Amino acid sequence: MAECHPVGFQWVVEAKARGAKVFHIDPRFTRTSALCDRYLNIRAGSDIVLLGALINHVLSNELDFREYVLAYTNAPMIVSEEYRGTEDLDGLFSGFDPETRTYDPATWSYEGVTEEAAAGERSEQLDHGREHADMGGPDQYGAGGAAAHPKPKTDPTLRHPRCVYQILRRHFARYTPDLVAELCGISPEDFAELAEAITAHSGRERTTMWVYSVGWTQHTVGAQYIRAAAILQLLLGNMGRPGGGILALRGHASIQGSTDIPTLFNILPGYLPMPHAHQHETFDDYLARAGGDTGFWGRKRSYMVSLLKAWWGDAATEDNDFRFDHLPRLTGDHSHYSTVMGQIDGTVKGYFVVGENPAVGSAGGRAQRLGLANLEWLVVRDLTLVETATFWKDGPELETGEMRTEDIGTEVFFVPAASHVEKDGTFTNTQRLLQWREKALDPPGDCRSDLWFYYHLGKLLKERASSDERDRPLRELTWDYPEEGVHGDPSASAVLREIGGVGPDGALSGYTELKPDGSTRCGCWIYCGVYADEVNQAARRRPGREQSPEAPEWGWAWPANRRILYNRASADPDGRPWSERKAYIYWDEKKGEWTGPDVPDFEKTKPPGYRPPEGALAEAALSGTDPFIMQADGKGWLYAPAGLVDGPLPAHYEPFESPVRNPLYAQQDNPARRLYPRPESPYNPERSPRFPYVLTTYRLTEHHTAGAMSRPLAYLAELQPELFCEVSPALAAELGLANGDWATIVTSRTAIEARVLVTERVRPLRIQGRIVHQIGLPYHWGWGSGGLVTGDIVNDLMPLALDPNVHIQESKATTCDVRPGRRPRGADLLRLVEEYRHG
Amino acid sequence: MADGGLFARWPVIRQLRGQDGRGQAARSARTDALRPRVEEADSVARSVCPYCAVGCGQLVYVKDGKVSQIEGDPDSPISRGRLCPKGSASKQLVTHAGRQTTVLYRRPYGTEWEPLDLGTAMEMIADRVTRTRRDTWQQEHEGKVVRRTLGIAGLGGATLDNEENYLMKKLYTALGAIQVENQARI
Repeated sequence: MAECHPVGFQWVVEAKARGAKVFHIDPRFTRTSALCDRYLNIRAGSDIVLLGALINHVLSNELDFREYVLAYTNAPMIVSEEYRGTEDLDGLFSGFDPETRTYDPATWSYEGVTEEAAAGERSEQLDHGREHADMGGPDQYGAGGAAAHPKPKTDPTLRHPRCVYQILRRHFARYTPDLVAELCGISPEDFAELAEAITAHSGRERTTMWVYSVGWTQHTVGAQYIRAAAILQLLLGNMGRPGGGILALRGHASIQGSTDIPTLFNILPGYLPMPHAHQHETFDDYLARAGGDTGFWGRKRSYMVSLLKAWWGDAATEDNDFRFDHLPRLTGDHSHYSTVMGQIDGTVKGYFVVGENPAVGSAGGRAQRLGLANLEWLVVRDLTLVETATFWKDGPELETGEMRTEDIGTEVFFVPAASHVEKDGTFTNTQRLLQWREKALDPPGDCRSDLWFYYHLGKLLKERASSDERDRPLRELTWDYPEEGVHGDPSASAVLREIGGVGPDGALSGYTELKPDGSTRCGCWIYCGVYADEVNQAARRRPGREQSPEAPEWGWAWPANRRILYNRASADPDGRPWSERKAYIYWDEKKGEWTGPDVPDFEKTKPPGYRPPEGALAEAALSGTDPFIMQADGKGWLYAPAGLVDGPLPAHYEPFESPVRNPLYAQQDNPARRLYPRPESPYNPERSPRFPYVLTTYRLTEHHTAGAMSRPLAYLAELQPELFCEVSPALAAELGLANGDWATIVTSRTAIEARVLVTERVRPLRIQGRIVHQIGLPYHWGWGSGGLVTGDIVNDLMPLALDPNVHIQESKATTCDVRPGRRPRGADLLRLVEEYRHG
Repeated sequence: MADGGLFARWPVIRQLRGQDGRGQAARSARTDALRPRVEEADSVARSVCPYCAVGCGQLVYVKDGKVSQIEGDPDSPISRGRLCPKGSASKQLVTHAGRQTTVLYRRPYGTEWEPLDLGTAMEMIADRVTRTRRDTWQQEHEGKVVRRTLGIAGLGGATLDNEENYLMKKLYTALGAIQVENQARI
C-alpha cells in the first residue's frame, strides 16, 4: 500500500500512531513492510491456506462474534442433503462435470429449495448453473448476488450438522498452523501472533480491516480469495462497521467507475446483467432470472426500465418492453482474452483500444500482438504512441522473425487523447467516491477527450444508419448532448445528469425514486442522485478540515452518498451501537429513524422490530435486522449457496503453474479454472523441474502499470530507469547472479532480460521441507509509449490461466527459470523457449 | 527579517554567528523577492490525480495557455494536499514532449505512419464500423435472436471518466458490439 497507494497509506500510519497494530503479508518486503508492526513473508498463491487457517482458528476456539453471526449471517441456514464438499470428494464440490470442467451448483443450495424456491432461484439452481459458469457468471446475478430463498430452514443453536456454521467447521478443519507453515512459509509463532491480533481486535469494542489489491485477485482462485476474507470478516463481525471491511485498493483512477458504468461484456451500468440469448429471451424472463426479487435488488425492474428509457427515450414504451430487444445478447464468454483469440481466429475484424495498452499490459502479450496483427482495422486512442499502436513497426515479433511489417494487413488509426486536465468529468475512486475534475485548458492539436470521440463517432454512425431493422437501435438511441467549446465537446455535465437520473420534475435525488413504468430515466441506478437538486454533487469540495471525518460534502459516494456500506450492521439487532467506541449508525427510538454520522444504508424509518409480511417483495421482504440489503435474504453469506462457479466455499488450490504439490486434496489446482489450450497459449508443465521458481509481479511507486503514463516522464524515468528482478542472496549465489548484472527469466511463453537486484527483501521459503525461491518483477517496461526508458515486457511471461468467476488472469503466481546473462536475440530467443518447452 | 544593517542581514554572517543555517538565517533579500509560480497563474482548476484510485486532489495552474504547475489540494479530505511521486510529476504527464498530438495513419501493409486530418480519420473510422458491422451481423445464433456483431470489439482503460465509459457502453450496445472490455477485468 505504501508503494502503490502512498497517499492513502498516510491514514494507516496515522492509525498506527493511535495504537492500531499493522501486519503486512506479502511475498515482497516493501516500504509498507518497513512501516508496519509485523511483516509476514508468504509464498505467492497460498493465501487461502492462511485465511482458511484463521477461519479455522476462529471456529475451533469459538472466537466468532456470536451475536453478530447469528443475526446477520447465514450461519444458521441448513444446506441441502445433496451437498458434498471438498472433504468428501478430495478437493471437489458436488456437481462437477470433469468433461466440461464446470460445476452444476444445484446441490449447493439450502435445504428445501427444490420444493419451494422462487422461480429465479429454481432456474438458477437447477437449470442454468452451467451456462452461468461459462459466462463468468456472478455478475449475471446483478449487484444483489444470486437469488436465494429469503427464508430457508435454520438452526439458531448452530448444532445441526448441515447448518452453514458446521459445514464451515468441517471444511476448514484441515487448515491448521502447521499447514500454513508447510504451504505459506509462515511460522506457527508468526501465525499465532496474527491470529491473536485479529481476534483480540474484533468484537463489540474493536474492529479489524483487511486491505488488498490485485495480489489477491490475479489468481485462478481470485474470487475465492476475497470470499475467504469475507467469511473471516463476517465471523468476526467486521463488516458494515467503522474500522472494518475488506478494502480493495484499486490501481487506476477510475477503475471502480469502469465497473460501475462498465465497459465490460457481461454487465450493464449498475451491475445489471447483459441479457443472455437463451435465458433472457423476453424482458420478463430477464427480470425473473437476473437475481432475487427480495432485498433492494427486487427493484431491478425500475433500474432496468430507467436505463432503457435513458438510452432509447420516447421509443421505449411499456408496449415494446422499453426496447429490451434492442440489447444484443450474449451466448457465452466474450471476455478480453477470448476476444483476442477471436482476433487470431479472424472473427474479430475491428478493435478500439482506448487508454489501454494490451501489447504490454495483458498477460501473454505475444497472443495480444498476434491478435492485433490479424485485424482489419485498429483504432488506438492514448496520450502517447503506445506499443499497441506501433506493434507492426517495432514489436518484438519483428525481431524474432515471426512477423514482417509488410505482411501485416492491419489498418491503424492513432487518434490522440486529451489528458485529465484537458477535459471535465468524474473519476470514481477506490472508496466509491465520485470526484468531478474541472477542465484547466483545451487539449493541444488533434487531442480530444474520449467523450468527444465517442459522441462524434456516434453522430457519424447515426447519419449512416439505414432504414434496416438492424439499425433501429442506433436510429432511436438518445444522443442529444449540448455541445460546448471550440471543438464541440459534448457537455460532460449533461451526460452525468443522464447517468444520475431524471424524472418528470427534473433530476432525481436517489434510486428509490426510480419507477418501473417508464416515467424515470437513469443511466446508472447506483449513481442515481449524483445530480440531485440539479446540482453536480460530485463537484462539491467543502474542505475536509471544515467537515466530520466522513466528509460527506466532498464529492459524492454511491449509493446515496453513503461512506460505509451495510452500516446497519454497526448497530446490534435492537438498533443500539455495539459499543460506545464503535457507535456509527443506530436507531433513534424517539425520532423513529436511523441516525449517525453517515447516510444509513437502510430504510431510514424501518424499525429494528419490523418483520416482513408473507409474500413481501423488494426491501419490504427484509426484516429490521437484515443489514445486507442488496442480498435477497439480507444476510452476509459465509457460505454461498449460489453465485460462484467454482464452489460455495473457498478451498486452497495451487496456482495453475506451481512448483508445489497440493497436500490438502488430490485436486492440485482449481478444477474449474479457464484455460486456452492452443498454440498461442502454452503452459509450463505441472511442477516441472525446468521451471523451479515462483514468479510474482508488482508495481513500483514511481511507475504506473504498463508505463505509458510514467516512462515518458523525466522525473519518473530517472527514479526507476530499468527493469530489474529481485532475487535473494541465496538464489543469486546458487545461480551465479551478480547484483547489477543481467539475468534472463524464462517461461513457456518467452524469455526476458532484467537487471539483477540481489536483496534480502526476497527470502527463500521452506515449503514442504524444501527451499522454494521466489522472484519478483515489476512490470512497467516496454519498447515504446514515448518512454525515456525501455525494457522487456514482463507480462509476456504470464500464462493465460483465468479465474472462472471473473476471467482475470493469474499474473501474481506462476513458475519460471532464471539464468545469468542477457537473453538471446532474434530466432535464438524462440529456440531457447522451445528447448524449455520440450527439453 | 533579522535586525541590523545590510552587513548583518547577509545570511553568511548570521550563520557564522551561530544561527541555524536551515532556518531564518538562510533568508536573503532574494529569498524574499521570490514568488511561488502559482501566484502568477491565470487560472486554477480543481482536479483529481489520474494515477491510482486513492483520488488525491490536485490544483492545476494555467499560465499563458499552458499548465504551469500541478500541486496537491490541501482541501481534499483524502489527500490533505499530498501527492506521491507520480502525482507530483503529473505536470510532465500533460506537458512532456513525447505526447503525440496529431492523428497518425498506417495503411494496410504500410511500413510508415502517415499524417491524417482528424475529420477525415473520424469519417474513415465511421465507414469501417458501418461496413464491419454490416458484414459480420448476427441476427440469430443457435436459433435465438442475438442481434449483434462479433466483428467489432473494444478495450478501455480505467483512467477514463465515468461519462466517457457511459457513452462508450451506450454506443457499443446500440451497435450490437458485445466484446466490450476494460482494464477492470485485467
